[in-house]
Amino acid sequence: MSIQLVIRRLLFLILVVWAAATITFFIPRISDKNPVRERFAELARLGGFAPADLEKIVAAYNTKFGLDKPLLQQYFDYIFSIARFDLGVSFNKYPKTVMELIMESLPWTITLLLVTTVLSFVLGNLLGAVAAWPRSPQWLRTIATPFILLQGVPPVVMGVLLLFLVGFRLKLAPLGGAYSAGVIPDWSSPAFLWDVVHHQLLPALALLLGTVGGWVLSMRGMGVTIQGEDYVNFAEHKGLGGYTIFKDYYLRNALLPQVTGLALALGGLVTSGIVVESMFGLPGLGQVLNAAIISNDFLVIYGVVLFITIAVATLIVFVEFLYPVLDPRVRHE
Amino acid sequence: MADIFTWSITDATLDGAMKPVLEIVDLQVSYYTDAGRATALDGVSLTLNAEEKLGLVGESGSGKSTMALAMMRMIKPPGRIEGGRVIVDDTDLTALTDEAMLKARLSKIAYIPQGAMNSLNPVLRIGAQMVDAIRAHDPQASNSDIEERCRQALESVDLKRSVSKMYAHELSGGMKQRVCIAISILLKPKVIICDEPTSALDVVTQRQVMETIDHVQKQIGAAVILIGHDMGLMAQFVDKVAVMYAGRLMELSTVREMFTDPSHPYARALISSLPSLDNKGVFQGIPGLAPSLLRLPGGCAFHPRCTHVMEVCKTVRPKYETLPGGRKVACHLYSEKAS
Amino acid sequence: MTTATLARSEVLQPSRLTLLLRYLRRNKGLAIGLFILLLLVLFTATGTATKDLNDAYPLSVKTKQPPSLEFPLGTDYFGRDLYVGMVVGLWQTALIGVLAGALGTLIGVVLGFISAYFGGWLDVIIKGICQILTPIPAFLIQVIIAGSLDKRDVTIYTMAFVVVLLAWMGPTLVIRSQVLTMKERQFVSVAKLSGMGDLSIIFSEIMPNLLPFIAAAFVGQVFFAVFSSFNLAVLGLGPLREPLLGNTIWAANQASAFFNNWWWWPMAPAVALVLILGSLALINMGLDELANPRVRRTE
Repeated sequence: MSIQLVIRRLLFLILVVWAAATITFFIPRISDKNPVRERFAELARLGGFAPADLEKIVAAYNTKFGLDKPLLQQYFDYIFSIARFDLGVSFNKYPKTVMELIMESLPWTITLLLVTTVLSFVLGNLLGAVAAWPRSPQWLRTIATPFILLQGVPPVVMGVLLLFLVGFRLKLAPLGGAYSAGVIPDWSSPAFLWDVVHHQLLPALALLLGTVGGWVLSMRGMGVTIQGEDYVNFAEHKGLGGYTIFKDYYLRNALLPQVTGLALALGGLVTSGIVVESMFGLPGLGQVLNAAIISNDFLVIYGVVLFITIAVATLIVFVEFLYPVLDPRVRHE
Repeated sequence: MADIFTWSITDATLDGAMKPVLEIVDLQVSYYTDAGRATALDGVSLTLNAEEKLGLVGESGSGKSTMALAMMRMIKPPGRIEGGRVIVDDTDLTALTDEAMLKARLSKIAYIPQGAMNSLNPVLRIGAQMVDAIRAHDPQASNSDIEERCRQALESVDLKRSVSKMYAHELSGGMKQRVCIAISILLKPKVIICDEPTSALDVVTQRQVMETIDHVQKQIGAAVILIGHDMGLMAQFVDKVAVMYAGRLMELSTVREMFTDPSHPYARALISSLPSLDNKGVFQGIPGLAPSLLRLPGGCAFHPRCTHVMEVCKTVRPKYETLPGGRKVACHLYSEKAS
Repeated sequence: MTTATLARSEVLQPSRLTLLLRYLRRNKGLAIGLFILLLLVLFTATGTATKDLNDAYPLSVKTKQPPSLEFPLGTDYFGRDLYVGMVVGLWQTALIGVLAGALGTLIGVVLGFISAYFGGWLDVIIKGICQILTPIPAFLIQVIIAGSLDKRDVTIYTMAFVVVLLAWMGPTLVIRSQVLTMKERQFVSVAKLSGMGDLSIIFSEIMPNLLPFIAAAFVGQVFFAVFSSFNLAVLGLGPLREPLLGNTIWAANQASAFFNNWWWWPMAPAVALVLILGSLALINMGLDELANPRVRRTE
């Protein structure tokens, strides 16, 4: 692993983050909603008071937060504070910092995405590999087709369908939320833990079923290509058993491009995750982002987007570094 | 005939050169395509003795590669072996169960592939690919035994032991081909099929590879079938030559007979089309095209392009018969002379 | 020297139509996908012809009706006839898909082509921009843009535009790599040597070979556009008045449709979307089989 390569990749990472930061900076400014004013308007609605000097208060906060400086100035201030890992504060939920908001909601999002992504990848690829293998039993090969059809169902729609069938008709799972209404979170109680898991079942299933089809299809296609490769043929000529060929000659080679595919698919997975979270009312990053957009709490918007971008970009680079470990042809020896 | 074989890996013994080590009887292979049924092999028979080298020539589509696949029982749908027998060392390969056939491959009959460029698994080390072949046939083999076999095999093909730790992409084309040869002799098979082993190589490497094949063949006393269309290579290497056309055997003679006085008109045309230093610049092809295997001409498959065509050739398929002297021809010109 | 040749008429071939039908019978995926698409088109066409399209908008008909003969798919809280809503929504979704798809593919072809054919600094810049923009989660940006726009400005066309903004990089890179391969191949050098001008080379030599990739990119872009616009709408960021499929689901969610027993409200658009994307996926799969003959299975 050359130092040059590592540096180039890091540079790439920084460029991506900068591009993301710049793009996200300017967009919310198109709207003339002022987050501070929004917050006060919200308070006014709830509390029923109408401060006569609302504008003066807003102006005062504007100055405090630096919102009255020229846009370009704000941009540079912003970029520099990012470099110092200071994501700023939320206007809408002041005095919570952006980082705090993200950290609070992160565990929900990460557990959901991690579990479903890993399961989806492993099950989907295995099924696809078996489906393309001519010596697999017929029933296994036909099972793949309905999974591929599932591809047409995006996770969120899958969520709706599941809600209907399982939640509504069968009444087997709750219709939304992170845990039952009115329950006080107690992480040490098994009953509470089960309640949480119960609430995660449908969203997790929605994400799993919505993404697994893609892996089955692509792995099946890959499998067919690898089957035709000379080395699989020669393995047969050597008299190797079906299982050995499947494992060492077929699967190992077919998985390689799928790993790259995983890196590329990460962005889409995050997308689906956020939409499904929103659909089921789970308190993850999606909800934070949503609330921020409604009140135009731009620092939070920037923060969430940057966070996700950095995470995705880092994972992509990580997979790139993983590749030489899996494929000896790529090693710089 | 037992279905379950316990394979003990013993050295080859010379059984007496008279008893044939390979017998192909009336082999019939068809492919079922969207456009119909294509007859890839139409009743091919031949025998081979131990240590004999046979060259199998023919143009593309003549059926030579299909022969190789059929012998290894590797014909895949939409192709099917429809009839005939392939007997190697007293075992009818066509009658074996799938499991038994797996064991028979590499141990009784081995195959050296055409494009060694891609015949080795890119993610496994060379050594691992030799070991798994041995283990598949003898799961109980001891590590030292396996190591010894691999070492011997690599030595036979003139490769260093360090090769077994390398990956395929680190080897040159010639080295890869020699690895394939080494793998094919690991279990000392009785018959080795070489499917155009040198077509992707430069002339110098070609020679190396052919010499290697020659050397290992003598070492283990196997019979070799060399498939190809490089007549020059055939002339230098094989004892007998068989000519195929449209899935049928047209002639089988010794290499000397084939090159000096071929009997079958097609073989004759092939030989005379070879460029010679004596009359440079004069090229003699064979007019016409090989027939589609979906619709073979009636009678003799070659009759539309034959310079000696007779009326009987158009309707009656010539029998593949032995002439005095031992050579075999399928042609009406010789049917009176046959025994 | 006499040689006999086979007369052409002696060689029998099945007719082209037979071969095509035989192929469709085997490639069931493609056949079913096309069939579903056809059904959807028929549904939209008959709906447009027979129903009053205004019924798709709020306050047109009785509210909260379950499916019946009068309202085959029921009505929602706001008084839309959901059957008509689907008719209009399908059409709008298709429009967004095709518009954004075509635009994305066009940008991809032009940029990818320029980048590969002319090379140099231009290539470095275009390729660099594509690579840097790709890891940025496009959906999030779309969400922010859509969220920042004034609600009245959000129309079908702005949605298509928002979707395209971060979708063009994929086709650009694909087309670029294909043109690069072609540049090296001999038929371009031959064309150049025989004096063909750059433009003629582009149109008569390179374009025809790019067509399969352009077609594949287009299908991919349409799929992505439909998918993205749907996701945006589900979050409530679409043109809310229109009966777009995603909008309907969002509205249903907001009104807690399942809690209130109005199950038909979110189900109709869900099923419709499944049919659209499903048929696209099947067609994609079928085309996959067509392009990669080894996937084909013969009896």
